[in-house]
Amino acid sequence: MTQAAAGGRPLALSVRGLRFAFPGQPPLFDELDFDIKQGEFVSILAASGIGKTTLFRMLAGLLAPQAGTIVIGALEASAAEAAKQRKIGYMPQKDCLMPWRTVLDNAALGLELGGTPKREARRQVMELLPGLGLEGTERKYPHELSGGMRQRVSFLRSLLGGGELFLLDEPFSALDAMTRVGMQEWLLEVWERHRKTILFITHDVDEALLLSDRVLVAAASPIAALGELPVTLPRPRSYEAALDPAFVDLKRQLLERLGRRSGGKAGGSV
Amino acid sequence: MRRKLTAYAPVLAFVLLLAALWEAGTRMFHIPHYIIPRLSDVFVSMWENRQLLSKHGATTLWEALLGLGISTAAGTLTAVWIDRSSLAKKTIYPLIVGSQTIPIIVLSPIMVMWFGYEIWSKIAVVILFTFFSVVVNTADGLRSADPDIGALMKTMGAGKRDLLLKWKIPSALPGFFTGLKMAAAFSVGGATLGEWLGGESGLGVYTKRASNMLRADAVFSGVLLLSVMGIMLFLVVLWLEKAILAYRRT
Repeated sequence: MTQAAAGGRPLALSVRGLRFAFPGQPPLFDELDFDIKQGEFVSILAASGIGKTTLFRMLAGLLAPQAGTIVIGALEASAAEAAKQRKIGYMPQKDCLMPWRTVLDNAALGLELGGTPKREARRQVMELLPGLGLEGTERKYPHELSGGMRQRVSFLRSLLGGGELFLLDEPFSALDAMTRVGMQEWLLEVWERHRKTILFITHDVDEALLLSDRVLVAAASPIAALGELPVTLPRPRSYEAALDPAFVDLKRQLLERLGRRSGGKAGGSV
Repeated sequence: MRRKLTAYAPVLAFVLLLAALWEAGTRMFHIPHYIIPRLSDVFVSMWENRQLLSKHGATTLWEALLGLGISTAAGTLTAVWIDRSSLAKKTIYPLIVGSQTIPIIVLSPIMVMWFGYEIWSKIAVVILFTFFSVVVNTADGLRSADPDIGALMKTMGAGKRDLLLKWKIPSALPGFFTGLKMAAAFSVGGATLGEWLGGESGLGVYTKRASNMLRADAVFSGVLLLSVMGIMLFLVVLWLEKAILAYRRT
């Protein structure tokens, strides 16, 4: 693969032989293997309802796989142990902010649960607020914020709550198109500054290409293997990249892998 | 403060209008004082018996507060239990809801048989009147806690204690206060009924004696005080709710 640059890096996540089915339903995952290297931004692209959120719940230690192993970080911790050791920053699809807490205290939740004294936790949040475009909102309550701002608070909470691996579950899917583009560029900028390991679930092809180093494609259910597409676009990126012919070519390849082959008119749907 | 006054202005004006109609109606139609006393006579009676009324009023208030306190403590614990145990949810919760079909007023004399003519039978009736709304509203509040927030907290290493204190309880507070407001309003009625069934002191005793003597002005003065007491208890809980759930106002 063209991942030569990342080849020597240690793994942040290693999944082997993962199997899972809800009782009385066809399996969602069957002998699934994949790896994420440290500092990588990887997207999983799949149609809705294929089990993406179930996968994340397993990675976050909320759900036990029926077979296989999930190893997080260099110290070989299982998903459940990793949750206890707070190695995972999970950002759910909904913002899940507590309506009774201010922005400041919502963002500090992860630190607080990890035992950081309240004053110190608040200080760390205050330091990061301006960089996330949330300056001056610390005393506001979630219902006073826009959808985009709420997602940024949720992201900040995950950023401060976990350590080695960030799981982002379609965080922008509920936002309107304009806000979404803004949030994608914002995430790119933040990620390029912090270089955390991110696994990002999306069903938006453009979003996956714009953000990721690699895109993993789940085309069929049950998911037994993920197709891999390295995104070779240069960084730093902005939304302008979506107009690049290289981007369009990658998009065509992705759509083909998702099963949108249409004979001679492969590019017709792009 | 001024904004609060303007918010209450319509209801105050309406009460004053009703009071004026009462006074004017009883004078105009020459209604006998033992059927409906003049409002002014009610206030005169209230003033003349002010020492007796404050003594009886204190008894009733104390019974209502004590019963309400016990109901709140026991009701909250029961709600937490119902929320944590699926067995309790399937057995205790439906039983408590079903118990509301029992007419409490019929059950109340049994409380006197069990707990005697002292204060405890009154408190038992207050608990009968208030326990249900505390348990059911608090249990519903606990159940309304967003499971996604709980899951998120678990990925951040939250233990059972964290989940209860930082997720379940804050989520349940609005429901809890709804229950407590209803309970506060019911508690005075419960205490009065307990006193009616037998007792030495309290506004229930006072109004019963006055009624036996056909002193309608004294009955109405007791009833007015009881109603004011219920409204005051309700307003105290409302104020507490607004202070604690300040985030809902912004």
